Amino acid sequence: MTSASPTTAAAAPAGPSTGPSQGRTLLLDGITQRYGASVAVNDVTLDIRGGELVALLGPSGCGKTTLLRIIAGFLAQTKGHVIVGGETMDGLPPNRRSVGIVFQNYALFPHMTVAENVAYGLDARGVDRATQRREAQRMLDLVKLGHLGDRTPRQMSGGQQQRVALARALAVNPSILLLDEPFAALDKNLRLDMQIEVKRIQRLSGITTILVTHDQEEALSMADRVAVLSQGRLEQFSPPTDVYDAPESLFVNSFVGSANRLGGVLEAADRSGGRVRLDVGGVIETRAPRGDVGPGDRVTVCLRPEHLRVDPGAAAGDGAGEALNGVVEMGLPLGATIVHEIRVGDGSAVKVAESRFERASVLAPGTPVRLAPLAPRLASVFAAA
Amino acid sequence: MAATTLRSVTTYDLKLAAPLALGFLVFFVTPLVILLALSFQADPQGSRYGLTQYVHFLADRFSLGVLGSTLWLGVKVTALTLLLGYPVAWLHQRAPGWGKGVIMLLVLLPLLTSVVVRTFAWVVILGRQGIINAALGGLGLIDAPLKLLYTDSGVVMALAQVQMPLMVLPLITALSRIDPNLADASSVLGAGHWRTFRKVTLPLSLPGIIAGCLLTYAAAITAFITQSLIGGGQMLFMPMYIYQQASTLQNWPFAAAISIIFLAAVLVVVSVFTVLGRLSRGYTNA
Repeated sequence: MTSASPTTAAAAPAGPSTGPSQGRTLLLDGITQRYGASVAVNDVTLDIRGGELVALLGPSGCGKTTLLRIIAGFLAQTKGHVIVGGETMDGLPPNRRSVGIVFQNYALFPHMTVAENVAYGLDARGVDRATQRREAQRMLDLVKLGHLGDRTPRQMSGGQQQRVALARALAVNPSILLLDEPFAALDKNLRLDMQIEVKRIQRLSGITTILVTHDQEEALSMADRVAVLSQGRLEQFSPPTDVYDAPESLFVNSFVGSANRLGGVLEAADRSGGRVRLDVGGVIETRAPRGDVGPGDRVTVCLRPEHLRVDPGAAAGDGAGEALNGVVEMGLPLGATIVHEIRVGDGSAVKVAESRFERASVLAPGTPVRLAPLAPRLASVFAAA
Repeated sequence: MAATTLRSVTTYDLKLAAPLALGFLVFFVTPLVILLALSFQADPQGSRYGLTQYVHFLADRFSLGVLGSTLWLGVKVTALTLLLGYPVAWLHQRAPGWGKGVIMLLVLLPLLTSVVVRTFAWVVILGRQGIINAALGGLGLIDAPLKLLYTDSGVVMALAQVQMPLMVLPLITALSRIDPNLADASSVLGAGHWRTFRKVTLPLSLPGIIAGCLLTYAAAITAFITQSLIGGGQMLFMPMYIYQQASTLQNWPFAAAISIIFLAAVLVVVSVFTVLGRLSRGYTNA
């Protein structure tokens, strides 16, 4: 379905509307990028299936944009290989890689009409005028802007500009689509619409897509798999639910969603779970510890705010471990949830998020409470940071 | 309501500009009016008024030749400056931080020395015993010294160097305003360097090209000192022609008429550039 070279791709535009096709695979094999002494990307290996949408998620400076620029060919990696559909891309300039990019600021050519923007890549491939026009129209129809081809980019709204950028990137039928923080400039409501729209078009075209983002919600909602990066290292590469429910590192646990971190000592551990005696008092049943830790070692326990329950009054433990006593510091009604900040034994603060269905009113500051996990083995355990 | 507010702000601001307007009126508009009146005198004594001086100029092949060669000189200098200046501006855009500083210093350096000094430097370079001839002679490439000084190409070369900052600075501004992602987008879409330059960079830098050409052109055709020193006595351009008529021959009405004709010719060229500039800005910002 997908052609081997850009030239044939343009000559016989298979195009996204031909239905789900087998997108090409993308293998990043041990990619390392150094700038002098600093390492921007450190030995990252990602094996991406054809047609998959993968999000590169991480804070700014984690190396995700560098990785994107390496895939596009703007940067030559210090080490490793970029392999698309079994063919190595190393050393090829961007204009011979058959990659489509939607930039954060869309980077539409301001001196061309929307239709000319979309036809630009076809023109560069020497496609004749009539085919250019027809293909540009087809791509604009795909992004529902078929009637606005004669406008210039500046006459369009942010969402429309993004659709044009997407149409322009897809018009040349690229092997890989790269989205560089594409929704960051859109306001919140429009962002959700565009995320759904992009996901729809990506499904329809079956094109292998890399989404670079620092927005965890965006990554979790759109991607088939999420690659979490921190300081140039790949922390985890899993489906979104696993990233959230089974974080493989302390960084992932804290960066994706929020987490209460508590210090403690591991009392027992096996493949199915562990038991930790917390420094603030109490014992908690946890998931199996990650990393090289054994009984007696110091560990960090991560508890998600929505995995805890606040019960007024101090009391003894239950099945999920000994309860944790504390005092309400502050209560915030956030609409769908109510968040309490609880001051526990040694003075550290623990956040608890409960649904309005569970709790009707905010607890007054100073109320003595006890904290308990909603179920055993929700908390994650990592070697002490 | 909004219009009234804007209006009151504007009148307030106009009062602040009054001293400048007064200076402009006294030192620019008045002399120009006097010049215009002077150009209508039929003889130096001012006994009769008429179009005599204009008729004299426009009927005179020599005078028209001077006007023509001056305007043509401007075209040549502007073209050469653009040709040499664009790569410099482009390089400035691509250079790392320190490189940018060095290029900017080299571009601005000529502005820090007097035009007279820079022109004499060119006399030294182009003269019979000058640097170029000495070098070529020393290498055995030429037997007799080349005639470089007092030639048309000598004037064009010297003027191009002297006016270079006027071309490069607007170009640098225009190029730096182009989003670097556009070149990346172009290249990812399959365009090579040359195509990206032709289809994206060049069209988007048009406002800078036009501004630079306008400044260079205006400065080149009125560059009295460089034209006279490098051109020498045999080559006559409009500024020197006006000077001769006014100072040497004391023919003030004719000098005034030439000045007005020169001014009109320059204004025509400037307005063509301005229209082009507006079109290009509309084109790039549309």
